[in-house]
Amino acid sequence: MGFLSGKRALIAGVASNRSIAWGVAQAMHREGAQLAFTYPNEKMKPRVEKLANQLESHIVLPCDVASDAEIDGLFAELGKSWDGLDILVHSIAFAPREELEGLYLDTVTRQGFNIAHEISSYSFAAMARAALPLMAGRNGAMLTLTYIGSVRSMPGYNVMGLAKASLEANVRYLAQSVGGKGIRVNGISAGPIRTLAAAGIKNFRKMLGYFEKVAPLGRAVTIEEVGNTAAFLSSDLASGITGEITYVDGGFNTVGISANFIEQDQAE
Amino acid sequence: MNTIEERVKKVVVEQLGVSEDQVTMEASFVDDLGADSLDTVELVMALEEEFDAEIPDDKAENITKVKDAVNYIKATAPDA
Repeated sequence: MGFLSGKRALIAGVASNRSIAWGVAQAMHREGAQLAFTYPNEKMKPRVEKLANQLESHIVLPCDVASDAEIDGLFAELGKSWDGLDILVHSIAFAPREELEGLYLDTVTRQGFNIAHEISSYSFAAMARAALPLMAGRNGAMLTLTYIGSVRSMPGYNVMGLAKASLEANVRYLAQSVGGKGIRVNGISAGPIRTLAAAGIKNFRKMLGYFEKVAPLGRAVTIEEVGNTAAFLSSDLASGITGEITYVDGGFNTVGISANFIEQDQAE
Repeated sequence: MNTIEERVKKVVVEQLGVSEDQVTMEASFVDDLGADSLDTVELVMALEEEFDAEIPDDKAENITKVKDAVNYIKATAPDA
């Protein structure tokens, strides 16, 4: 029996079988959770349905997180299938592509800033609030996905770094807000992974190469590894953990200067 | 060892869920094989992995037919 046996999880942010949310869904399914999924628009619906079916899920609901009505509608609809929800997974982010290259100050705009923060950070709070009635009193867990570009500058990550900083603060304030209801809120900061979303980040491949040189594990992390950590953090095994950002990055965030950048032939 | 053409075909069949005989050299990913914009991004990623190659965005934009992909890889991938 898996450690999520009997749990019900709603997963927002599956776009393809490369999505981090897909790694999360697979791990949660393996550990016995029942799953429901959201899709952001009609174009994505068949893609998400196809993937959901692979994990024996037939609850696939629309939710454009830019719309409060759609968020409310999502949980009203979900409530018709499930009388309670244990796990909410938020793996959603967006910024205008033209602001994800070049120098931050050359590209950031008021509108791009607002969109990035609304879709990538506010939406977590909006979904959390709407999910509360279904999640209360069940030792539930909420989880979001972030990136180290929130606390360190990264080339081209730009306004998305600000939005991720906001999202991580969101984790802490949400944890405070719902702790009294027995609900935990956590974030996973994953190393760079080649997803559809990453295809929108210029020079992603070069950044991945740098990451592999610096991370103590010397390699990229996988959606399976992020998924396993997500399943743990959302389970009762992690019942004492809330408000945290957990790094699944092969140790990248812990390194000051990598030995790989010190010339070996300088040794005496 | 399969030829570049065969390997490209295999990737296209897997990514787009089409049958092998639909994947002719002249076939357009969008017009003939039903790919949408996300499919084409995924297809390029899958080709990069198959051939351990890098296809920059401005080059990827010009890869609209099966033969474009084959030609690009022939011209750039050293060990393919």
